[in-house]
Amino acid sequence: MMLLIFSASPLQAQGGGDPAFTALVGQLKDGDFNDKARTISDLEASNDERAITVFKTLLAGSLYYRKDDGRVVSVKEGGDAYQLFDVLSGESLGEAGRRDVKKISINNYLRGQLRGVIARLSLSHKNTAVRLNAVKEIVKDIDADTAALLREAMSAETDEAVLEAMRVGVALMDVNSADKSTRLAAIENLGGSLLPEARLRLDALVVQDANKEYAEADADIRRAAAQALSHIESRRQIYGFLETVFFGLSLGSVLLLAAIGLAITFGVMGVINMAHGELMMLGAYTTYVVQLLMPNHIEYSLLVAVPAAFLVAGIVGIGIERGVIRFLYGRPLETLLATFGISLILQQLVRSIFSPLNRLVETPAWMSGALEINSAFALTYNRLYVIVFSLLVFAALLLILKKTALGLQVRAVSQNRAMAKAMGIRTSWVDALTFGLGSGIAGVAGVALSQLTNVGPNLGQAYIIDSFMVVVFGGVGNLWGTLVGAMSLGVVNKFLEPWSGAVLAKILVLVFIILFIQKRPRGLFPQKGRAAEG
Amino acid sequence: MPQKGLLLRILEHDTGGKIFLAALTVVAVLLPVLNLAVPEGSALHVSTYTVTLLGKYLCYALLAIALDLVWGYCGILSLGHAAFFALGGYAMGMYLMRQIGERGVYGNPELPDFMVFLNWQELPWYWFGFDQFWFAMLMVVLAPGVLAFVFGWLAFRSRVTGVYLSIITQALTFALMLAFFRNEMGFGGNNGLTDFKDILGFNLQSDATRIGLFLATAITLALSYCVARYVVNSKLGRVVVAVRDAEDRARFIGYKVESFKLWIFVFSAMLAGIAGALYVPQVGIINPGEFSPLNSIELVVWVAVGGRGTLYGAVLGAILVNFAKTYLTGALPEVWLFALGGLFVVVTLFLPQGIVGLLRRRRRKAGLKEAAT
Amino acid sequence: MNPLSVFGKRRRERARDTAGAERHTVTAGEVDVSHGPILYLENITVSFDGFKALNELTLYIDDGELRCIIGPNGAGKTTMMDVITGKTRPDSGTAFFGQIMDLTRMSEYEIASAGIGRKFQKPTVFPQHTVFENLELAMRADKRVWPTLVARLSGEQRARIDEVLEIVMLMAQRDLRAAELSHGQKQWMEIGMLLMQDPRVLLVDEPIAGMTHQETERTAELLTSLAGKHSVVVVEHDMAFVRSIARKVTVLHEGHVLAEGNMDEVQNHPAVIDVYLGA
Repeated sequence: MMLLIFSASPLQAQGGGDPAFTALVGQLKDGDFNDKARTISDLEASNDERAITVFKTLLAGSLYYRKDDGRVVSVKEGGDAYQLFDVLSGESLGEAGRRDVKKISINNYLRGQLRGVIARLSLSHKNTAVRLNAVKEIVKDIDADTAALLREAMSAETDEAVLEAMRVGVALMDVNSADKSTRLAAIENLGGSLLPEARLRLDALVVQDANKEYAEADADIRRAAAQALSHIESRRQIYGFLETVFFGLSLGSVLLLAAIGLAITFGVMGVINMAHGELMMLGAYTTYVVQLLMPNHIEYSLLVAVPAAFLVAGIVGIGIERGVIRFLYGRPLETLLATFGISLILQQLVRSIFSPLNRLVETPAWMSGALEINSAFALTYNRLYVIVFSLLVFAALLLILKKTALGLQVRAVSQNRAMAKAMGIRTSWVDALTFGLGSGIAGVAGVALSQLTNVGPNLGQAYIIDSFMVVVFGGVGNLWGTLVGAMSLGVVNKFLEPWSGAVLAKILVLVFIILFIQKRPRGLFPQKGRAAEG
Repeated sequence: MPQKGLLLRILEHDTGGKIFLAALTVVAVLLPVLNLAVPEGSALHVSTYTVTLLGKYLCYALLAIALDLVWGYCGILSLGHAAFFALGGYAMGMYLMRQIGERGVYGNPELPDFMVFLNWQELPWYWFGFDQFWFAMLMVVLAPGVLAFVFGWLAFRSRVTGVYLSIITQALTFALMLAFFRNEMGFGGNNGLTDFKDILGFNLQSDATRIGLFLATAITLALSYCVARYVVNSKLGRVVVAVRDAEDRARFIGYKVESFKLWIFVFSAMLAGIAGALYVPQVGIINPGEFSPLNSIELVVWVAVGGRGTLYGAVLGAILVNFAKTYLTGALPEVWLFALGGLFVVVTLFLPQGIVGLLRRRRRKAGLKEAAT
Repeated sequence: MNPLSVFGKRRRERARDTAGAERHTVTAGEVDVSHGPILYLENITVSFDGFKALNELTLYIDDGELRCIIGPNGAGKTTMMDVITGKTRPDSGTAFFGQIMDLTRMSEYEIASAGIGRKFQKPTVFPQHTVFENLELAMRADKRVWPTLVARLSGEQRARIDEVLEIVMLMAQRDLRAAELSHGQKQWMEIGMLLMQDPRVLLVDEPIAGMTHQETERTAELLTSLAGKHSVVVVEHDMAFVRSIARKVTVLHEGHVLAEGNMDEVQNHPAVIDVYLGA
């Protein structure tokens, strides 16, 4: 919920209000360029936040006035007619013909002035994110004037991230100064930043041209720049490493979601469910259907989709268990074949109902975007949430198995089926519920997948082999093994990728697992004891 | 004649095999006649398309025999057998590629078109020798054989069995598929190898060559059937079944189980490779899709439908299922996957011994009735 | 440490020294029993998850002897057989077959080929093969892959199989699939398979379970007749049966030897009485 509030644009201007300010805006259409310059200064001095919106519109050339009543409006061009909007509130004022409105023109001088004013206003804006963005904009295209603005704003700035960006901006100018000590200090400042502009500028200091001549004459400066660059490089490497770990964990959490359901059915019931991937696919399609049913509440769609997918996949799973698998206990290879057949049927079913094309599942606003740690390292929200979500599912499953009556019975059956039966546990009921639980988790995994990849009939197949590898690697019947297996395979995969390419990485991981089983045929965390020997 | 004596000895007690070989002989004699000698307008004429289609089925039948050896007799459910088939196919494809010579689009005498397209300057080392037919044929059995040997040696040595083994074999073929999709591998990437011109100097498009290929396939199938039958009838065959039914027991009476598994696995992979090599010139293309896990598992259902552990059941299943596939994908493409999926379920639930098992049960019942009356 | 085991160790070490001197008389692959025992288990420990199934077990089996091993459930009888046949590797200790063959370094099939046969507690046979084929597979032969592929039964071998079929009374079931045999018949067939292997040592785990009184008597007769030519180790719960065949009895308890001697000695041993009757 917090996120919903954050994501609302802070720049949204409030409608109505202060008549003096509105009058000033009205003046913009009058007089020559000098008059306009004066009005702009006045508007800036009025200290009204909405001025930024007006200036930006003016700079973009979208500020017009209506010929009949002289009202200043912002205009969106569309076909023959113009769409008119209130410049302050953004509220629609209907359409108007091309001849009914007139553009408020500006010249180069005004453009320069506007840029400065916008920058100044943004730099003193009370929202930190706005200030940071403003600084970044300025840094991209810095000149003496804007650098002066930054210097001015630095004294009032309290936020460390904004200050750092400002220092970079100033340093970008100072590097060009005549004074060597100023330049050296600037280079040091640049070396402390991860902004791409800083690196580009430093690069320019150390390049050689075709004749092996350095662009920069001063050797000390070059040395300092090289040092600063290596400093940046090592930091970037650290963040690059962290990013790879993050991507790896994200892939790992997807594998975890895909594999824990499998681990339960395989570990507890000794059943290989080849249709597991298709149950995930069903979960993803459930998300799609849920979004179709509530198009106006996409934000909440996932909250609905998770239980819905759990139910849909769980029920289908129980159906599979009751209808097919229970006749095949003790014949694992046959179970494998039968469930493979079911997976084909489910795929074709989805293909017939939803078409073979990929379906678009929307990402709610709160899941898009990224948590930006710094300019070299950002965590995208969807991946972040999937990691958290997978851990939650894992914890929930652990709780179910450890704390509930069902969990106790499931463990009893998995350890000694005959004994459990003799003690009065209805093993067939436990089997059905276990299978339903594993399948339901597959459905939930499908919801998560729908946020990361395309939702199509082949969705499940892409993950099934990988998730089997996780189970085999982690050790059958051990949830913690599955966790460790999934995360390590995910991270290893992502580390191999840049080095060998995505496809080769997959192959290498498969080969690794084949070799791994040589050493530990029962996985990382084998079930121990005499029972496992049999 | 000693040869005939051997054949009869091999087929002793193998009624199904005798029927199969007889039917195969009839088809192999009739089909060329009906295709070449009967004029095209006649109702009895068999089109070259049909001949090629049947040839394809026979390749599948050979592949099914290969799988039956490891699955039906040794209990190793390989979900990666299509990989050996595809490797054999690629070896043949490489030979056919080299035969194109200057007739390619780019007219390069050495390099196949796709390499010219990728700006490669010279032939990769592993393409050498494939211009020689004998070398390519050697590779047809060696490439799958070596892969099966290395993989099997690793897997059986560490006693990976049952579903674990199945999953690993599936991963193997999946990995190979990904690898062969890469252009850098030098096997034509996505498109695979195609546009073949001729084999041993005979034009691949001509009816006579097609018939020749069909006959070669039929003869190879018949020979392979007999060899496979000899193997399963030998003491080794009995050991292999013993391993399937009670692996530990076989070990405790002194058999090195891993070696037997490895032997039958490699032998089977080589048969699969031969099937692939016969398949490629008839369909005219080999691409990474042949490695897809679905192909391997489809192959399992052929054997399951026919009846595993009988050899001729595998042949029967391969031909029946593929006939149904050809029919359904043409007439009702939507239905095919439903049918295939349903087949898996029905066979495992109701027909664990396949059609052959069903027939046997019928016959036994009939026999009992007769005995009663 | 068990004083007996020190003695035993010395016995074998001494034997080894002399074995070096007279190596020319020992052909490779043959079991050297020139010093009496054919099986040497010394200080063997096997643990599962901290539970010690065998705890410093030391045991010798003489060549040609018939030994019965008794003990309560969990005493380690089956684990001991697992160690001897290579199914389980001991955590510590040594197991030798004759003077030279280190069982802890051999795999199951090597041990079997070297001449140790085993009958499992639960009869495990090849259900899809006929009784004849089961025996044929067990028969002592070159069991490598290629020789097996081309192997053909000689008349002599057929005769031997039929002879064993007579001994185990399965001549009438000769061509029946093993799956169709009764439990007792399977027991007999497994004994037959053991005989076909012609091993130096027979490990027999609970041979008479599921047998009628008559069959039990026959089994006792058979086992005693085998002793002498072979060494026979019998694990059995049935005291009456043990008494009927035993010359020397070893009592296992909690993974080590509690007592050893003839039946009467063992039965009067205070520790044994304590374990079986006390507590």
